[in-house]
Amino acid sequence: MLILECPYCGVAAEETELAAGGEAHLTRFGPGSSDDDFETYMFMRENPKGVNFERWRHANGCGKWFHAARCTMTLEVFGTYSAQTYEPPADLIKAIKKKRPDWPGYGAHK
Amino acid sequence: MRRYSAFAIAREAARYHQGWERAWAAPEPKKKYDVIIVGAGGHGLATAFYLGKNFGITNVAIIEKGWLGGGNTGRNTTIIRSNYLQDPSAAIYEKARSLYETMSQDLNYNVMFSPRGVMMLAQTESEIRGYQRTAHANAYQGVSTEFISPQRVKELCPIMNIDGPRYPVLGALWQPRGGTARHDAVAWGYARACSDMGMDIIQKCEVTGVRSEGGKVVGVDTSKGAIDCNKLAVVVAGHSSDLAQMAGFRLPMESVALQALVSEPIKPCMDVVVMANTVHGYMSQSDKGEMVIGGGTDAFNNYTQRGSFHHIEETVRALVETFPMVSRLKMLRQWGGIVDVTGDRSPIITKTPVQNMFINAGWGTGGFKAIPGSGWAMAELVAKGEPGPLSAEFGMNRFIEGRFIDESVAAGVAH
Ligand SMILES: Cc1cc2nc3c(=O)[nH]c(=O)nc-3n(C[C@H](O)[C@H](O)[C@H](O)COP(=O)(O)OP(=O)(O)OC[C@H]3O[C@@H](n4cnc5c(N)ncnc54)[C@H](O)[C@@H]3O)c2cc1C
Ligand SMILES: [Zn+2]
Repeated sequence: MLILECPYCGVAAEETELAAGGEAHLTRFGPGSSDDDFETYMFMRENPKGVNFERWRHANGCGKWFHAARCTMTLEVFGTYSAQTYEPPADLIKAIKKKRPDWPGYGAHK
Repeated sequence: MRRYSAFAIAREAARYHQGWERAWAAPEPKKKYDVIIVGAGGHGLATAFYLGKNFGITNVAIIEKGWLGGGNTGRNTTIIRSNYLQDPSAAIYEKARSLYETMSQDLNYNVMFSPRGVMMLAQTESEIRGYQRTAHANAYQGVSTEFISPQRVKELCPIMNIDGPRYPVLGALWQPRGGTARHDAVAWGYARACSDMGMDIIQKCEVTGVRSEGGKVVGVDTSKGAIDCNKLAVVVAGHSSDLAQMAGFRLPMESVALQALVSEPIKPCMDVVVMANTVHGYMSQSDKGEMVIGGGTDAFNNYTQRGSFHHIEETVRALVETFPMVSRLKMLRQWGGIVDVTGDRSPIITKTPVQNMFINAGWGTGGFKAIPGSGWAMAELVAKGEPGPLSAEFGMNRFIEGRFIDESVAAGVAH
């Protein structure tokens, strides 16, 4: 069972308490942007095997959105962090890199 | 290849069953093939079969990282139906369903196709309207379905409680020629036919890289070394994003776990397939007597082929009101598969940014029923380099053009 710690209320919430919100840190494009950019924002996804950054909501708890770094192959959770950021915190990236030396790094495929 | 027949069984019975041949060969890879297909699931094998049968292309390798049929093809709940809403979907799913009717004869392999009828329950007012709309669309598409009354539902499936307090059964979309088939047999039957045509099925061989020169595919790297090809067909379901990344592009797709479970075997009690989309559960009875049950996918990306525990409870709970007997059943086994879900819940059968590399994926939670039709369409795309009538609408460019094939209602529950 997946357990994520909500960075706002500090509760170690299990899956049924949470709502998954998909890929994190998407660059948003709106009216006036190119078709390519809009398609990328709306539909193209990283969907990696391994380290994944995603959005979650503590739906049946404090109700707030936050971010999580998780491995899609093992379900290992590397950490959670606030929603008020454009990219994962540097210390989290460093910690993941240490655990997964083969990981190409955040945004390597973007 | 020696044909299977009643006579063959009698002959082998008379000589201690020592004359049965291997169903397919286990060759080492050659240096080069005309076409390499990655993924020996139903869709990959059917693609190979129709490349040979419809286009005479037999210098083909099918490369599989595990064992053939060990992906979603061997993990699904085998529901076959074609009562989709949009014209392009109805066309390809109905083509597939009609090919299932004669598949055992075509492959000389018993796939146990059982057109026992599939009903999708309407348990809310909006579902009644939705399914009536689908029934009308199906009439135009030449797909035989009808909207039936609660009384008829009860006649067809007496174990059902149609006046449940929370979600009474208000009617159903009924496709009498839908049903089930033996999933492993579909993969095995195609594999045997492909091997017989001289194609190489290479198991326990993982593709780890896609090689291209000047924007054109030239081969793949595998755990058994590099293999060259003129054309590459990627048919790996939940692993498609991974293969696309090897070739340097992304897909409009996410991989999630979908689970199923079966009960202990019980006496025959249900001879139709029932799907309840509002409460998110579906059930049929296998020939062995097990109740085969499925529900929804996990909500987050995952490659672990396991699935979240609470989904089992949710799925079974959903069925208890409509099928009270479920509450007395012991469940035997549970398993998961990694399904490939696109933005509009429809597949992509498409050219890619790399020349001569093609992808067939995105069948998500419901591609078992599509196997022969998808193989037919994919073989045409690979052989001609351009999509034919069945796959024309399923190109990847539909996401940039906003031309979706929205099946989020028809696909409803995950099956
Ligand atoms: C629990 C569950 C229930 C389902 N129920 C139904 C249902 O009732 N009706 C229905 O129509 N559909 C159903 N589906 C969906 C259906 O199973 C799939 O859509 C279909 O089987 C996909 O077939 P495929 O050949 O594309 O994929 P798969 O059978 O998954 O084959 C892909 C193959 O590619 C191989 N592969 C992956 N990566 C590599 C690599 N790098 N190198 C070499 N090989 C690789 C895999 O090992 C795998 O064998 C269900 C799915 C699940 C999981
Ligand atoms: Zn919280």
